[in-house]
Amino acid sequence: MSAPPSATGELERTVDHAAAAARFVADDAKAHWHDQALWWVRKKRDAASAAVPDWEALRDAAAGLKAHTLSRLGDYLDEFARNAEARGAHVHFARDAAEHNAIVHGILQERGITRLVKSKSMLTEECHLNPYLEARGVTVTDTDLGERIVQLRHEPPSHIVLPAIHLKKEEIGELFHRELGTAEGASDPKVLTEAARQHLRQRFLEAEAGLTGVNFAIAETGGVVVCTNEGNADMGSTLPRVHIACMGVEKLVPRREDLAVFLRLLARSATGQPVTTYTTHFHGPRPDGELHIVVVDNGRSRQLADPVFRRSLSCIRCGACMNTCPVFRRSGGYSYGYIVPGPIGSILGPARDPAGHRTLPFASSLCGSCSDVCPVRIDLHHELWAWRKELVKRGLLPWRKRAAMKLAGAVLRFAWLYRLAGWVARRLVPALPRRLAYGRWNAWGRQRELPPMPRQTFRQLYRSHRDRS
Amino acid sequence: MLTVGLFIPCYIEQLYPEVGLATVRVLERHGVRVEYPEDQTCCGQPMSNTGCTEEARPLAEKFLRLFRGYEHVVAPSGSCVSMVRNHYDGFLAGQPGFDHLKRSTWELCEFLVDVLKLPRLEGAFPHKVGLHQSCHGLRELRLGSGSERRVAPFNKVQLLLSELRGLQLVELARQDECCGFGGTFAVQEEAVSCMMGRDRLADHERAGAEIVTGVDMSCLMHLDGLIRRERRPLQVLHVAQLLDRAEAAA
Repeated sequence: MSAPPSATGELERTVDHAAAAARFVADDAKAHWHDQALWWVRKKRDAASAAVPDWEALRDAAAGLKAHTLSRLGDYLDEFARNAEARGAHVHFARDAAEHNAIVHGILQERGITRLVKSKSMLTEECHLNPYLEARGVTVTDTDLGERIVQLRHEPPSHIVLPAIHLKKEEIGELFHRELGTAEGASDPKVLTEAARQHLRQRFLEAEAGLTGVNFAIAETGGVVVCTNEGNADMGSTLPRVHIACMGVEKLVPRREDLAVFLRLLARSATGQPVTTYTTHFHGPRPDGELHIVVVDNGRSRQLADPVFRRSLSCIRCGACMNTCPVFRRSGGYSYGYIVPGPIGSILGPARDPAGHRTLPFASSLCGSCSDVCPVRIDLHHELWAWRKELVKRGLLPWRKRAAMKLAGAVLRFAWLYRLAGWVARRLVPALPRRLAYGRWNAWGRQRELPPMPRQTFRQLYRSHRDRS
Repeated sequence: MLTVGLFIPCYIEQLYPEVGLATVRVLERHGVRVEYPEDQTCCGQPMSNTGCTEEARPLAEKFLRLFRGYEHVVAPSGSCVSMVRNHYDGFLAGQPGFDHLKRSTWELCEFLVDVLKLPRLEGAFPHKVGLHQSCHGLRELRLGSGSERRVAPFNKVQLLLSELRGLQLVELARQDECCGFGGTFAVQEEAVSCMMGRDRLADHERAGAEIVTGVDMSCLMHLDGLIRRERRPLQVLHVAQLLDRAEAAA
């Protein structure tokens, strides 16, 4: 099991995906269990998408709507803010994570609030809001069950939809025994869920403010939409008087009717459900309450200005690319060392910090399953490929790899040199003693035999074939 | 008589010459004249996929020089054909002959089905065969519909195999899961790569396959490396070799 990045501190500076993945793979049984758990979700997604006529047309519509919205994002943000304020919400804009955290803290501080319940929001993970608030005396309780589990373990989520997918029920049983006083050895999901429910209920009742993420914000109406399966966002936003909703600028859709496209795609792609159990629209505060909407850029407009990686801003965070990715399934979310793991995270991570996340675009066989599963048609594997080019351009490819590619390029330019090199290799390798041919230098040969080294090349076989016929 | 330029990937030329020869024989059996430009080396995919665009560029230019005169170019590899079709634009867009080359470079099975319009294959191959759908063939050339997309199912390789007498295609639990080769990924991410390969083989074994076939020898090279190290009761055979043997047996 690879060590998770600390939930309270910063992530590791430089992520070595291959090494972290090797640690995860070393526990063969657990890696297979993880693979199968996610594949089960992928199969549910397949079945759910098959039940929708014109699934592919729906993906086209979603991709088109996103491209359109991004092409005039400034206008839609203005429209949204205007309409939201007309409905009595307070709209705050934050340039980066620091501003976002300060705004949230400011709202709480002005009202003397020290107890906050939070429903799932990857944006607040991105901004490291929890440690920021806790350091300032606010008690923050994550109320999504998976999120609460990883919070109690002082870990970040390992998957954006299934935050505790890396844990088995026995591990959760132990945690709950320690933290919530359940019986020792109890690992029945029903028992554990009930314990969590009682514990969270207490927190909901005590909370003075509730913070939620935002799945979609509607420019036309100024409303925000939150999708959950546990109803925790609804509890957290209706019991306390103050509701803070945090969203990235890319969450906008132009019209209310556009939701028909995205809501049909989101839950099916995420978990194979036709729709999330709770899809709640917030248009203005509840009577006698307050609604604050914090709209965050944090690097997104820079991404929007980049013609190659712009499309990755369309992501609706369904996690389908993670469930289908053969590398994610076998290496676990923590091997990516970024808030959003998997194929989409391997595009977003390097955008945030190219040097620190330079191994992520290489953590892919470029099989392309992510691109085909993506409900908004982000060409994920082509963007990963484009990132590799970008990393070379910035001098961030390790020198050994760079040297190997320069050498290969030089040899392959000249047919005679390539033939000579091939001739030498095909005679040299079989002549080497096995422990030399399979020495430490040979990563291929650690678990695999080398290919056969035939005496003749195709060119030679072809010449004799042609001369015979 | 239709003449094609034969494009043989570098590692097939050096390590799997029989796959190239089988390709020649299959094409000739269906009335195609084959020419092999001897100066070819590599399409540049290893460099390109590593991000080393400048090392790949001269190879793309060489490819255009050698093959631009042909009506069709055929290769026994989905991955290298995808390189030409999907990644050469950055090097060759606008150059004379490139548009034609891009449109008329084919993977072998694709050529047999789409250009020769599925010739009646006369052949016998009485074995249980598992089809490994190489990812680039599947998702970049669209040789098959793929399990992620909701489109009318089709599979060009399977169409050819289904013509062969006695061949029994086994049903895999994860029909188009990646084998874990992925070019330099196989070395860079050795641990995940090998786990993926073993899982792929286990699926074929559970389905009762004797032989694993596919359109990319690179995937099969990776799988074969695991098979031989672990002495698994499986064998790999490139689809060109399988078609060649089946037709020779008829």
